[in-house]
Amino acid sequence: MDDNNAMINTPTESPVDKALTRQIVIEINNLRKGFDNVVVLKDLSLSLYDNENLVVLGKSGSGKSVLIKCIVRLLRPDHGTIKVLGENVSELSSKELGKMRQKIGFLFQSGALYDSMTIKQNLEFPLRRLKKDLSQKQRDQKIAEALENVGLSDTTDKMPSELSGGMRKRASLARTLVLDPLIMLYDEPTTGLDPITSDEISDLINAVQKKYKTSSIIITHDIECARATADRLVMLKDGEVYMDGSIEDFEDSQDELIKSFFK
Amino acid sequence: MKVISPVIKTIKKLPTIKKQAIKLSEKTLENTQKANVFFSEIGSFFLFLWLTIKSSFSRDFEFQEFLRQCFQIGNKTLPLISVTGIVIGLVLTIQSRPILVDFGAESMLPAMVALSIIREMGPVVTALICAGKIGSGMGAELGSMKVTEQIDAMEVSSTNPIRFLVVTRVLAATLMIPILVLYADALGILGSWAGANIKGDVTFVLFFTQAFSAIEFIDFLPAVIKTFFFGAAIGFVGCYKGYTAGRGTESVGKAANSAVVLASLFVILIDLIAVQITDMI
Repeated sequence: MDDNNAMINTPTESPVDKALTRQIVIEINNLRKGFDNVVVLKDLSLSLYDNENLVVLGKSGSGKSVLIKCIVRLLRPDHGTIKVLGENVSELSSKELGKMRQKIGFLFQSGALYDSMTIKQNLEFPLRRLKKDLSQKQRDQKIAEALENVGLSDTTDKMPSELSGGMRKRASLARTLVLDPLIMLYDEPTTGLDPITSDEISDLINAVQKKYKTSSIIITHDIECARATADRLVMLKDGEVYMDGSIEDFEDSQDELIKSFFK
Repeated sequence: MKVISPVIKTIKKLPTIKKQAIKLSEKTLENTQKANVFFSEIGSFFLFLWLTIKSSFSRDFEFQEFLRQCFQIGNKTLPLISVTGIVIGLVLTIQSRPILVDFGAESMLPAMVALSIIREMGPVVTALICAGKIGSGMGAELGSMKVTEQIDAMEVSSTNPIRFLVVTRVLAATLMIPILVLYADALGILGSWAGANIKGDVTFVLFFTQAFSAIEFIDFLPAVIKTFFFGAAIGFVGCYKGYTAGRGTESVGKAANSAVVLASLFVILIDLIAVQITDMI
């Protein structure tokens, strides 16, 4: 109902228009990346705006995960520029890159929790190294707060192998949240989860955006997750932006590829 | 007609020549690709070595992880090393005794066994066991961390994964393997005493006095020094194979397997070099 009212009050302002008036957080221009002889991303240009949830859709192999790995320079682009908070990622020294990465939270597809550590140690790991000025008490408080935010307060001393898939994703999210990131990158956050847990993760993504005021890129091919979280959507095809718009634009589209995703 | 016939013959042979040419070019291409893989493997090995050395000298040393790795290496291999050490001593004694008895040199048995254990058998057998146990463990652990994106997660959270994962493991192996070798040597000599008592009657004090009377500092020192190199090689190869594993789960097994093979090969090569150097001294 609230959403409907908002649409009635500002009928001419689409989510895309709204986004244009906001500050750019990530700006990607003519990004090209290939592996051996296969070009995965072809001159891709994209922007993420402040406090926006941008969902990137696309078939498997369309370069979605490669895109966010290039943003944090886990992969180096072959061509093009990626600016994160105004800084060109490719030109940063390793020290500057480290500082920039502290502002970005990355939720990996597999969760990527460290197997040999408890959940508490997993959360403590980045804190100990990156927030050295914090006392042990402050660290414990931050860990407790982050775990509470994802609903996992009682898992502190558990090992990752003792948690379910959904819990591991949430614990992984908590690990990124302890560093108070400005930007969140989610790599297929609901893949491999049942519909109920997927909905919980989608709600959590929205809650994180509200509480931490983050700007997020959500890589997915789960339409329900896209519907629940997206302020704006981008569809990739063959390494290029195929369509950019609101969820309504995508749902109303007559394009066969888009329809096949949203049926 | 006579002039034309060789030309016709050649034309008839053309498809065969073409096939042979294609086969040759395919083989050349295949060999070039193999050479490419080989040289890029060597390149990445030395690049990884350089990154490890560089990260070893950075300020923030991960001391807790280093201690954890020392405990892991010692704890994992101690039972196996204990059994092996005793068995080496026993077997060497039981095998050598009859020959020494034939030559009337039975009294030389403790010294001979102790020398063989300290100089060669103890270090090499312990290192080979560690190559299997520790090398494969490191290869599999780091390989699975790579597959499950844990190494990427570490990098994204601004932690140098080579400093945290590789440097600590290599240094722990470098420190712990010499300690394990000394332990295996001691148990080997103890096993030898037990072996000597199966068919004879030698007191513990007499056996050890005879054993150590033949050992000089020059026998002991090179044997200990080479074990540091064994440890470094086992740790480094295990980490390198795990860290550079591919993305699939199959690559974890491959990483563990090739870590054992390469680490064992390194142990034997280092031993060969050490023997040559000791011989020159």
